[in-house]
Amino acid sequence: MTSTEQWTERFVEVIARASTQLAPDVVAALQRGRAEEEEGSLARKALDTILANVDLARDKWQPICQDTGTPLVWIHHPVGMSTRMLSQAFTEAVKVATSRQLLRPNAVDPLLDRNTGHGAAPGIPTVHCEEWDEDAVEVRMLLKGGGCENVGAQYSLPNPALKADRNLEGVKRCILDAIYRAQGKGCAPGIIGACFGGDRGSGYLESKRQLLRRLDDRNPLPELDAMEQEILAKANQLGIGPMGFGGKTTVLGVKIGYLGRLPASYFVSVSYMCWANRRAAARFSPDGGVQWLD
Amino acid sequence: MARLSLPCDEQTIRSLKVGDFVELSGRLITGRDAAHHWLIEQYRSEVAPYMAGSVIYHVGPVVKRHEDGSYSFVAAGPTTSIREEPYQADVIGRYGLRGVIGKGGMGPKTLAGLKEHGAVYFHAIGGAAQVLAESVKKVETVFQLAEFGVPEALWVIQVEDFPVVVTMDSHGGSLHTQVDGASKAKLDQLLGLSA
Ligand code: SF4
Repeated sequence: MTSTEQWTERFVEVIARASTQLAPDVVAALQRGRAEEEEGSLARKALDTILANVDLARDKWQPICQDTGTPLVWIHHPVGMSTRMLSQAFTEAVKVATSRQLLRPNAVDPLLDRNTGHGAAPGIPTVHCEEWDEDAVEVRMLLKGGGCENVGAQYSLPNPALKADRNLEGVKRCILDAIYRAQGKGCAPGIIGACFGGDRGSGYLESKRQLLRRLDDRNPLPELDAMEQEILAKANQLGIGPMGFGGKTTVLGVKIGYLGRLPASYFVSVSYMCWANRRAAARFSPDGGVQWLD
Repeated sequence: MARLSLPCDEQTIRSLKVGDFVELSGRLITGRDAAHHWLIEQYRSEVAPYMAGSVIYHVGPVVKRHEDGSYSFVAAGPTTSIREEPYQADVIGRYGLRGVIGKGGMGPKTLAGLKEHGAVYFHAIGGAAQVLAESVKKVETVFQLAEFGVPEALWVIQVEDFPVVVTMDSHGGSLHTQVDGASKAKLDQLLGLSA
């Protein structure tokens, strides 16, 4: 049996990776964006700085951005494992990572109006546990910054101003509008996680879970894949560019999921993730082996 | 212009235009929410000499304290500027600032203040905490550290080749307004919403 303390240590490693090592597919997307921007343009200069920053953080194992965000984690575990233990271990891991400066003390108690100092507070971190039939534990996490969280948006269809009806075309219109409204404020180029259907809470949660996907994966559902590709292409015609300086690289990826809805509601929930798309995933087998996943 | 030394004079700042890429060197001061409240609550003569002709950087840095009592910046990316919109123009006017560094741009009140007082808004690269910390060469002194804590204190620092883009100038120009307008027109075209 692995103890709670051992799980805490394992989770600290996952958090360290998320905070300091930008995933290769995100780096590749930033490099592709850079190559497409004109020599000497503000967009290219911004991407040069971003890429230099990614390298520095990786080499020094220091946080990519000082806003280390909200830790969100999804854990799949074997039948019978205690989800309470896993949640406690992850919360403890956030505190340890904060004390080791892998995370900034980033949780404020709004009732006391005080930073808790250790990175945890009610609802922070957000831990989701789900049982599965395998005997390994799989952990997938995100660090989602505040600047980009602030530009997320939720729409209720129909939306006459956008000529958006209750159909996939309407969903597409909302997502493009959200990207326009975000401008560079979420530290563009961003990654879009979206969900249509669900309620106001579940829709946002699913939109964030979509951000766990690799940028270069393709949606297995052909309708959604087509939507993702179309929105990505159109968003990059808006000319917002890195940091909102203007340019071709506005969005690095679009990931869309859906949930069932009530007949009365049709929500489109859009989460914006900054270029510092801090993702990490690992699989822990019962013999203690660790496999890092993308 | 590619390089700018701080402090600087009004004429130099008036020559800057929206879209200029600039590398800043010299002395500047940091400040975010608590600092801006404190600066307008009353005139703070002790920090005023560090602000005249220089710029204020919206940042909540991660700072390391060394054994000899000196400090260095470990992470120093910009924070969202719009929160200081109610105070910024007054702080610029009262302390003779020549500019602001931050991210996301600011609103009409600040834009008018920049024009009136001869100052600009420099946009830093959001998220580039490590690169920007490297260009902070020295921490000269700090104000209100005990009262506000590390991220909110007013740090007087020396920077070298700190990369920024002028996104709001002293002639009423704003890159944010330009990009917003152009992208809105494109969105309307893509969605067939054009009037
Ligand atoms: S939105 Fe910008 S400042 Fe905030 S975490 Fe992301 S990169 Fe950092």
